[in-house]
Amino acid sequence: MRDQRWWTWHIAASAVILVFLGLHMVIMHLDAVIGIFNPHGGHPIEWANVVERARSGFFMVTYIVLLGAALFHGLYGLRTILFELNPAPALKRGLNAVLVLGGFGLFVLGTWAAWQSFVLATTQAVAHTL
Amino acid sequence: MLEYKGRPNRLGIWGWLGGGRWGAERYLYTLHRLTGLGLLAYLLMHILVTSARALGQQAWQQAMATVAGAIFTLGEYAVFVAFAFHAINGIRLVLIELGIGVGRPIEPVYPYRTSVNVQRPLAVGVMIVAAVLVVLGGLDFFVLK
Amino acid sequence: MTNTPTEVIFRIRRFDPQADGEPHWEEHRLPYTTGMTVLDGLRRIKETASPTLAWRSSCRMGVCGSCGMFINGRPRLACNTQITELNTNLVLVAPLPNFNTVRDLVPDLMPMFDAHTALHPHILREDVGEQYEPTGEFFQSIHEVEQYLQFSYCIKCGCCMAACPTYATDPIYSGPMPLTQAHRYNVDTRDGGFKARKKDLAGERGPWRCHYAGECSRVCPKGVDPAKAIQLMKRELVLDYLHLLKHGCPSKIMGKPAGLKRRDGVSDAPAPTIAGAPRI
Repeated sequence: MRDQRWWTWHIAASAVILVFLGLHMVIMHLDAVIGIFNPHGGHPIEWANVVERARSGFFMVTYIVLLGAALFHGLYGLRTILFELNPAPALKRGLNAVLVLGGFGLFVLGTWAAWQSFVLATTQAVAHTL
Repeated sequence: MLEYKGRPNRLGIWGWLGGGRWGAERYLYTLHRLTGLGLLAYLLMHILVTSARALGQQAWQQAMATVAGAIFTLGEYAVFVAFAFHAINGIRLVLIELGIGVGRPIEPVYPYRTSVNVQRPLAVGVMIVAAVLVVLGGLDFFVLK
Repeated sequence: MTNTPTEVIFRIRRFDPQADGEPHWEEHRLPYTTGMTVLDGLRRIKETASPTLAWRSSCRMGVCGSCGMFINGRPRLACNTQITELNTNLVLVAPLPNFNTVRDLVPDLMPMFDAHTALHPHILREDVGEQYEPTGEFFQSIHEVEQYLQFSYCIKCGCCMAACPTYATDPIYSGPMPLTQAHRYNVDTRDGGFKARKKDLAGERGPWRCHYAGECSRVCPKGVDPAKAIQLMKRELVLDYLHLLKHGCPSKIMGKPAGLKRRDGVSDAPAPTIAGAPRI
């Protein structure tokens, strides 16, 4: 009965993803065409660049926001596709549980990774390995 | 009387794509679903792989080494293409599903000009922008290294 | 006139629930007559070749919505489909998809009508007395009529439901016709039933499973444009969730214009011929 709400959030999440994932794609895959956010040069996934982004509070926060929005958007979309195949009510309850638990689990994992790398990058230990 | 000489009626390759039976928007809907599923599958793996950066440089470089092959690069380009299509078509869908660009209720006079006709320029524009992004991404992935 | 055929080949999907396990195709050949429609062909076949052929039709002019069928891969009205418009002399006629087949070309449309009824497709107002014993007209401007007029042309033929990709897999989804009719009443300013309909529209029976494939609007024989109605309905429901929807009260009864005088030479209205009729 709450599709009205969830769908509105689905759309809101898509707007958030458009901005942040668009930025992520520009950084990762358009850096030869539009080169920004890779101050150490070279490939965006080299350790130096990863540390540079991990150190930044802006990136930590936006990664977590993007993670939450993308997980909600993607898993709600998957739920819509699966529910449109008309599963039995018990299967629907099971799917709801799996998607919610799986989504939360991955969100916790990703948030931990963002926070942990932020902590590591802003302490001396990592600076030595550069 | 009228002569009927037998008009050729083969659909050719077009027959594979539904034979003109469906409109372009139907295919956009199918593609949007497929790219969404592909992106979700990639996202779940991506979270697991990139979380390695929290475990230090060694773990990170190991993770990156496992996804460095040519097949992975091709796969990542496919993800980029899927994202370009899904995002730009998604902009079109958000506008349309909030009632922008579908036209106002009108008196239907045959031949009917439906919301599908009204939003067609938007759909074409969306495809052009997505194609441009795909080309730019292709340059980055395969040419300008 | 080079593509006018002399002979038309009908391939009809037959199914007799008492005799057949599976549907099968049956072929008939008919001479082409000018202006022949698919319905004309079916009637000729029933008269001359196959008296057990069953289908629904009534008005034969595209206003009753009875003869919806799957003709050459698209849901169409049989009475409204000229043979020449199909650009071939091979006509494949099958019953409307996404509905159970009762027999031959007859679909079971009850699920569509049940979904339709569940969304209260009629004016809902609190002043029930006024609706049964009217004292005046409800005020409605031309602009307000335009908001729902297009969607009121629906003849409930079911072609949109047959074309909808979501309805093809999901029987809980209400489908284009019920949702368009719900929207037609939601935006009718005489109606106050938005809250009552919202109970169903907020959930799985609502427009949320429409993803704008646009097929419903492409096949609608009356130009009702259900796709547009559903997107406009989503807009209303989202604005309602964000508490941004302006709820106009159901329109009031028009009072008599004050201070007008009858022109000279214009006589009074005649006395009512029915006892007890209101004098408006």
